[in-house]
Amino acid sequence: MRGARTLQWSALAAAVALAATACGGGSDSGGSSASGKPEGYVSMFNGEPQHPLMPSDTNEKFGGYVIDALFTGLVAYDQKGGLINENAESVDSKDNKTWTVKLKKGWKFHDGTEVTAKSYVDAWNWMANVKNKQANSYWFGDIKGYEDVHPEKGDPKKDSMEGLKVVDDHTFTIELTDAVPYFEYKLGYKTFAPLPKSFYKDPKGFGQKPVGNGPYKFEKWTHNKLVQVKAVGSYKGSNKAKNKGIQFKNYSKVESAYQDALSGNLDLVDGVGPKDLPKRKADFGDRALDVPYAGTQSIVPTVYSKPFKDVDPKVLQGLSMGIDRKTITKTVLQGTRVPSTAFTPPQVRGYKKLDSDVLTYNPKKAKKLVKEGGGVPGNKIWIQYNADGGHKEWVTAVCNSITKSTGVQCVGDSKPDFQTDLNARQDNKVKGMYRGGWLADYPLNINFMQDLYKTGASTNYGRFSDKKVDELFEKGDHADSLEASVKDYQEAEKELAKKMPAIPLWDYAANIVHGEGIDGVKVGYDGNVLVTDITVK
Amino acid sequence: MTETLNAPAPASKEPGPGPAGADAKPAKGRSLWTDAWHDLRRKPLFIISAVLILLLLVMVAFPSWFTSASPTAADLTNHYQGKPEYSHFFGEDWFGYDTQGRSVWARMVYGARASVLVGVLVTLFVTILGGIVGLIAGYFGGWLDSVLSRITDIFQGIPFLLGAMVVLTTFTERSLWVVIAALLFLGWTQIARVARGAVITVKQSDYVHAAQSLGASTARIMFRHIVPNALAPVVVVATTALGGYIAAEATLSYLGIGLAEPTVSWGVDVDQGKDALRTAPHMIISPAVMVSLTVLAFIMLGDAVRNALDPKSR
Amino acid sequence: MGRYVARRLLQMIPVFIGATLLIFCMMYALPGDPVAALFGEKAPDPAQVAAIKHQLGLDLPLWQQYWNYLTGLFQGDFGTQIATQRPVADVISQAFPVTIRLTLFAFVFTVVAGILLGLISGLRADKAFDRVVLFFTLLLISVPSFVLGYFFQYLFAFQLGWTTPTVQNSEDLGQLLLPAIVLAGLSLAYVTRLTRTSVAENLRADYIRTAIAKGLPRRRVVGIHLLRNSLIPVVTFLGTDVGALMAGAVVTEGIFNVHGVGNTIFEALNRREGSTVVGIATLIVIVYLVASLLVDLLYAVLDPRIRYD
Repeated sequence: MRGARTLQWSALAAAVALAATACGGGSDSGGSSASGKPEGYVSMFNGEPQHPLMPSDTNEKFGGYVIDALFTGLVAYDQKGGLINENAESVDSKDNKTWTVKLKKGWKFHDGTEVTAKSYVDAWNWMANVKNKQANSYWFGDIKGYEDVHPEKGDPKKDSMEGLKVVDDHTFTIELTDAVPYFEYKLGYKTFAPLPKSFYKDPKGFGQKPVGNGPYKFEKWTHNKLVQVKAVGSYKGSNKAKNKGIQFKNYSKVESAYQDALSGNLDLVDGVGPKDLPKRKADFGDRALDVPYAGTQSIVPTVYSKPFKDVDPKVLQGLSMGIDRKTITKTVLQGTRVPSTAFTPPQVRGYKKLDSDVLTYNPKKAKKLVKEGGGVPGNKIWIQYNADGGHKEWVTAVCNSITKSTGVQCVGDSKPDFQTDLNARQDNKVKGMYRGGWLADYPLNINFMQDLYKTGASTNYGRFSDKKVDELFEKGDHADSLEASVKDYQEAEKELAKKMPAIPLWDYAANIVHGEGIDGVKVGYDGNVLVTDITVK
Repeated sequence: MTETLNAPAPASKEPGPGPAGADAKPAKGRSLWTDAWHDLRRKPLFIISAVLILLLLVMVAFPSWFTSASPTAADLTNHYQGKPEYSHFFGEDWFGYDTQGRSVWARMVYGARASVLVGVLVTLFVTILGGIVGLIAGYFGGWLDSVLSRITDIFQGIPFLLGAMVVLTTFTERSLWVVIAALLFLGWTQIARVARGAVITVKQSDYVHAAQSLGASTARIMFRHIVPNALAPVVVVATTALGGYIAAEATLSYLGIGLAEPTVSWGVDVDQGKDALRTAPHMIISPAVMVSLTVLAFIMLGDAVRNALDPKSR
Repeated sequence: MGRYVARRLLQMIPVFIGATLLIFCMMYALPGDPVAALFGEKAPDPAQVAAIKHQLGLDLPLWQQYWNYLTGLFQGDFGTQIATQRPVADVISQAFPVTIRLTLFAFVFTVVAGILLGLISGLRADKAFDRVVLFFTLLLISVPSFVLGYFFQYLFAFQLGWTTPTVQNSEDLGQLLLPAIVLAGLSLAYVTRLTRTSVAENLRADYIRTAIAKGLPRRRVVGIHLLRNSLIPVVTFLGTDVGALMAGAVVTEGIFNVHGVGNTIFEALNRREGSTVVGIATLIVIVYLVASLLVDLLYAVLDPRIRYD
């Protein structure tokens, strides 16, 4: 340990010395690797992954891209939100409580070892263990025995969950604490990945140099510069790479990535920056794509705040109808969003357009409804947002729209960063509404309601609570089949439109530009480009 | 620019450029100021800056004299990033519209309030706080001086922009007072140093020794003799710093940690306009020119005041 | 001389500890929990948060955390980032060279251009050239760096197309030119004005008159006698300016997309990576302290009357 520490200082000194020499000696020291791209590879913009490259620790987009390229789980989703088997031969259950997973034979990790039932069971036990501090560990919370490895307090009692049992090399069973009709859908999330044996020797090193079983093999990760992965020729999944590899290139600002794409140094940019949005069509023509995906943005009233304590839902409906979604998405948001038509986005299973006009702009009716509902105390509302996320413009526009059509004073409440914003939500200190955003974890309508509006749900920061809604959710959770469960949630959604626990604004669209050198750019339900489908001309 | 605050203005280089007493003229504080005023009135630098500042103050007090438009009235449907009509003097669309469809001209006018308020109030508070610290350190000397000087060193060692970012993030509410508090927290050291130097110089002069030997009380010596005579270098530094504080407010608001909507601030508007730099540059140019002009006016004033008060340059 | 340096170094210790403690306390007081934020919009898992905090020592009282940080620092350990789990020294050693390059570039530009302009206009005080230079320095002081940055970007990159709007490769000095000039702008103006004033003043001094009367060549008078004495206030300014330049890079690096200390610290602040913020701040404080010591030592070189003992 002592040795490592002195190393840190000397690394620092070396870096400083390097800077000094680079000043005098020109740029021949490491510049060549910056632009070099192997033949047949696709280079795309991506930020620096925020966590080590572990399926169970990655919960943000930049790391997610890499994890998705390196690992393939049991099942995957198609573009319409349907399920397809990948490493699983079958996933079955008779009672929605005990699930039997049969694996396809002959799948291999990139180090040559075979993917077996044990690769899954051991990995999940490790990931769920509180000692290993994985950000996605709560995903295993449905499995029986989760509390043993992940107690609310103190050290784990056991090393493994009793719900996971290896039957043979290619079969294992998952027993849940309660029946979950849509558990199979959850299995598509990236944390339910297998890990090779070599992982357990050095978990920390693995996060810097992961070995997966996916369509691509890890090549290198130069921090703040690039992650490079290489296509695996022997890969057996349905999403076999159509290119030779991917370079995920790091830019701290997406604007410079855009410039690089424009000058042909970069193949693809996902998430064009606000500065370049107005010019993207002129710059890239039909190589500038806007593809809607399963994510929504809303403004959420908090039931404890002064303006919304015991508010009549009519007022909220009125405020909702006072927002000119169409104009705002076209102007301020420059086509990066699509006005919402329900509490769920169209890309998920179970989506149904809301049979109501509460999401339609109608200033006259808006004003009337607010008045009928008795208005808000002080005639003033706030929308809380974080200044570091590019939300200022649309929050201001929404506020202006509300004030103009309903006469209710609306102001943005800026918090310097996401941390402060989140903190206020968790501590019930939001002054009025807050900016809510939800991206699908799995493409099912349930995912857009249960976590957000169920009484006491962990992400229900508006603290909404309604008996009838809860009952319908409960019914859906105990339905016999996925089909029935989805239907019950659709009923619940109708109820939500009457109670308005949130005002849905718009759904996200992925804004992509790509160079002439590549083709076949498609987007998944989660808004990520399907990198395996890209072909190099 | 925020660095201004870290970098002592040229006048403050030598500790206390010698108030009146130190110079050849045996003048008292009063005649220094009247002399300076006579001098100032004839300097074009002063006249230009005075006119600009006066105009600005009128803008702060009576914005509606300049525009009938409201800085917050938004019309997205018709005026989204509307182009300027430079021939429509004082019209709503004189400098075009911003991303929210608001009149840029109205926002230029109403934005003066935040800038000038922050600049003036921070300067005032900084002068009081820094002045008191400098006075105590310089007058009493000894261990008190050592302690206060080290504390000053500590605050000066923290890079200004960095410190301000951290301080501002600790506040969950964005308001004028928070920005003022942050600038005060890190800005007082410069005045404290200058004041200390000036006080030490004055303390050694004959009339202070005379007053001491006549048995005058500490308070009397401090406020009748030392403060008036040590004031000149402090005033010089404070006037120059004022422009710096205005620039600092704009910079912090631009970074998203200073003022925020719905407060109308030029810094916020620059931040809003930066994304449209390629397509609608009018949105960023107008507030940027306003900030620069305002800072320029106060820097010129500071220059003029220094020239008038610094006997060496006469 | 040796004793003076020793005394100055001793005086640095309380300043260093005070400055780092101050920043440490401020980071501690920030709202928001970096560990909880690992979970994004999702509600954090209390067991996990507790475990991570315990591992990183974030559950200890403030004074103990500071003590651990300080002792770690002296053993060369800058701590570990919460989210990425990378050693902070790693993060810093990636960002610092970039900013040092940028700052050094800006610094050299400031010194060379500033002293040259100041010298010329000081020698021709109140002539046309002097007026023009004075006007431009006024302008440079008044225009905030973010305005100057966007103006340059608009003019040189978008309108004239001479350079890329952002820095693609931070090792290419050509690309660093624009941000370096923007960063140097204010200091350049100050150095120019300081040099000018002090040159103009010293020009009237007796020793210059003597030197000229002695019949020394003009180049020698200006180059040795005049410049050497006029540089004292300039050197003082430059010494205090280095730290400010590095911190000022927050704005410049943001506009031109340079992956340096400024960007890193801004990001770290938003993510509440305390050890990263304090680590970088500590290094900047050290740079500032060392620079001001060097300035005082330089005095003795520039002005033989000054003796330290």
